[in-house]
Amino acid sequence: METSSFSFIIQAAFWGTIALTVAGASIAVFPRNILYNVLGLALALTGIAGLYLFLGSFFIALMQLLIYVGAICIAIVFAIMLSQPLHLEIPPRATPKVAMGLAASAVFFVAAVSLALKTNWLPAAARVSDASLWSVENIGHALLTRYELVFEVISLVLLVAIIGAVVTAGFSRRLSQ
Amino acid sequence: MNSLPVYLVVSALLFSLGLLGILQRRNLIGMLIAVELLLNSANLNFMAFNRFLTPDPVTGQVIALFVMGLAAAEAAIGLSIILALYRKMHSINIERAQRLKG
Repeated sequence: METSSFSFIIQAAFWGTIALTVAGASIAVFPRNILYNVLGLALALTGIAGLYLFLGSFFIALMQLLIYVGAICIAIVFAIMLSQPLHLEIPPRATPKVAMGLAASAVFFVAAVSLALKTNWLPAAARVSDASLWSVENIGHALLTRYELVFEVISLVLLVAIIGAVVTAGFSRRLSQ
Repeated sequence: MNSLPVYLVVSALLFSLGLLGILQRRNLIGMLIAVELLLNSANLNFMAFNRFLTPDPVTGQVIALFVMGLAAAEAAIGLSIILALYRKMHSINIERAQRLKG
């Protein structure tokens, strides 16, 4: 009795997280007000972090919260503040274009869902179902041994992106004055 | 409940919402938000396959971390380009940025 009510709570939390994610994603796409879009994006990203928890990876869930919700959403809010899109004109959408976009994404959705449901997914034969492999130590070890080159290249890409962002945002100010 | 097809369907739903956002928004920041949704659905797929199928459970998490780093770089560059475009055009509507159009 005790365990069944506990598993019911976990199941309710799982479906609640999925509902939160989907609701956040639709808030991020559909409203015209850009501020609602950012808040919906933050909601969807938090829901995805919860799904990572259900997948058993605490570290990636934490990174998701830190990088996406903490950094990218705040950066987007800053860009909205600096470019004031709320006070600008909103041209009407052409209906055929919206209909074609809806049709394209619906086709993609049907194809991906039927592929996911029709395929008989088999786990790899050499699969190690050991919970200790999910630890942070293992991720750090893999980052500094097998994936070390990718790790260095990612840090180089981030450095170039930071310099490029500063140059792009600062240079145009000097040009427009 | 906690099975692979559930995660795949949620990820497909997120991806098609992001695709819809890219195709129909005219606001550059809205398109950037839709791109973040696309990257996140790909990440969710990586993590789900990593949890249920792969032989080595580290690989998917490392790939998810790399995708997050690339998304951060992409957001920084994209937002600074949007700011520069706003200073030039006084609008972030994508259809206004057609100075190169013949």
